[in-house]
Amino acid sequence: MGFEQFGIVSFTSTTKAEKFVDLLKEGKVCGTICKSCGAKFFPPRSDCNVCLSDEMEWFDVSGVGDLITFTQAMYAPAGFENDIPYILGVAQFDDGVKAFGRLDKSIKEENIKPGMKIKLKVVDLDNGRLSYILTQA
Amino acid sequence: MPKVGVISVGQSAFVRAYPGSIRELAFEAFKDALKGSGIKTEQIDASVICSAPEYDKQRTPAGLVAEYLGLNPQPTFYVESVCSSSSSGLRTAYALIASGLHDVVMVLGFQKMSEISSAESQERMGRGADIQWEAPFGTMMPAYYAMYARGHFQKYGTTEEDLGLIRLKSSTYGVMNDKAVFRKSLTLDKIMEPKYIATPLKMMDCCANADGSSCVILASEQKAKELCEKPVWIRGLGMATAPINMAGRDTFSGLKCAQLAASRAYDMAGLCPKDIDVAEVHDCFTIAEMMAYEDLGFAEPGKGKELIRNKETYKEGRIPVNVDGGLLSKGHPIGATGGSQIRTIVLQLRGAAGPMQVPNAKIGLVHNIGGVGIYGNVSIFSAD
Ligand SMILES: [Zn+2]
Repeated sequence: MGFEQFGIVSFTSTTKAEKFVDLLKEGKVCGTICKSCGAKFFPPRSDCNVCLSDEMEWFDVSGVGDLITFTQAMYAPAGFENDIPYILGVAQFDDGVKAFGRLDKSIKEENIKPGMKIKLKVVDLDNGRLSYILTQA
Repeated sequence: MPKVGVISVGQSAFVRAYPGSIRELAFEAFKDALKGSGIKTEQIDASVICSAPEYDKQRTPAGLVAEYLGLNPQPTFYVESVCSSSSSGLRTAYALIASGLHDVVMVLGFQKMSEISSAESQERMGRGADIQWEAPFGTMMPAYYAMYARGHFQKYGTTEEDLGLIRLKSSTYGVMNDKAVFRKSLTLDKIMEPKYIATPLKMMDCCANADGSSCVILASEQKAKELCEKPVWIRGLGMATAPINMAGRDTFSGLKCAQLAASRAYDMAGLCPKDIDVAEVHDCFTIAEMMAYEDLGFAEPGKGKELIRNKETYKEGRIPVNVDGGLLSKGHPIGATGGSQIRTIVLQLRGAAGPMQVPNAKIGLVHNIGGVGIYGNVSIFSAD
């Protein structure tokens, strides 16, 4: 099994970044750092577009970030209909790393606003699938 | 740079479900462009065909369309940048002519969004984003633009009602446009009904899918003068791109690709925002028009709301925008949209825009965005 385990519906089965899923299994949400020039990537990249190196190491996006923006989706594409409504958002972490994803459904709606403190958390989905969510820090 | 002119434009009516095949739909815009223009099919040296391929059942539609329009054996090929495909087609055609490779080039954009079932369309909708890292969360276009709306509200204090005023303007002109799919008159109360698609965007903040086609014929300076009484000249072409992934975006209050494309187009034309008499902007959502006001320099960042509150973007205002109803009223047949915007500007600069005419329009601008700010095309045209 590889990358197709990531997310509610997967569209990608093969990627050099599939260790991302193994790390999710360990409870870690990780990006990559270029060993050669230090460029930091989230979502992770297998190849550095700055120096062209493919030597990457993984880093844990473990800090606390700020929610920049969000939306509550009242409609959904095929495969996601059972989830609506759900909230999508973008959070900014240290070093300019940003993460896009769903917000934790357990966050009280009145607490959701730009600037709220966010951390990334691994979630287990049905059928052994894995993802991460943006939850309140 | 050699001068390149637009010598004819055409478009089909934009409709919910076109009762014909894609070749027949493409023919509608082609016929509209050729009819009464004096241009003959054999005078067209090459064609650039534009659509978003995920809606086409036909593989490699350029060959099919060129054949049906009678454009064999001239060169043809396909250009795609989703919603801005036909503006990218314009850029390509300009280069083909400015390089001296061809004298007359046609850009034909089309989309039959009803070609696939709504279930298929729903499935494709989820793949409109980065399929590896974003689509697994359940993404769709309105949600992405909604995040920009929230970003704009947060940073500048823009409100849902400000966006509603943009839709109200759109409907004012949509009523007049016989090519538009949505021609109903709307009230602000109706627009503000809380039917949310992705908060803070409501039903009326979103444009409708449509089937349609558009055609723009370009020529070298000499050919343009030979073949056309009132050519409209391409003065500036700017294009820029931004990361497809939201995690790669540095702001959610404007589109970087549009800002860069605009500054390149203004530089090439030697013009500034104040010089523009009439503009067509990519209002796939009301927030997209609001950001366009600012990204194009019609208003300072954050001041776009003042433009619409003061009706400055109405026909009688300081900078008329989308006085053909825009995508919100015309509908948005992906591959045809840019060509339809160009058509509107060309008609304006020729004084042929009928009830939508902006008096004395001499310089016009088209802003056409692909995806949620992945591809930005800004094109500037002048009457002389
Ligand atoms: Zn590197």
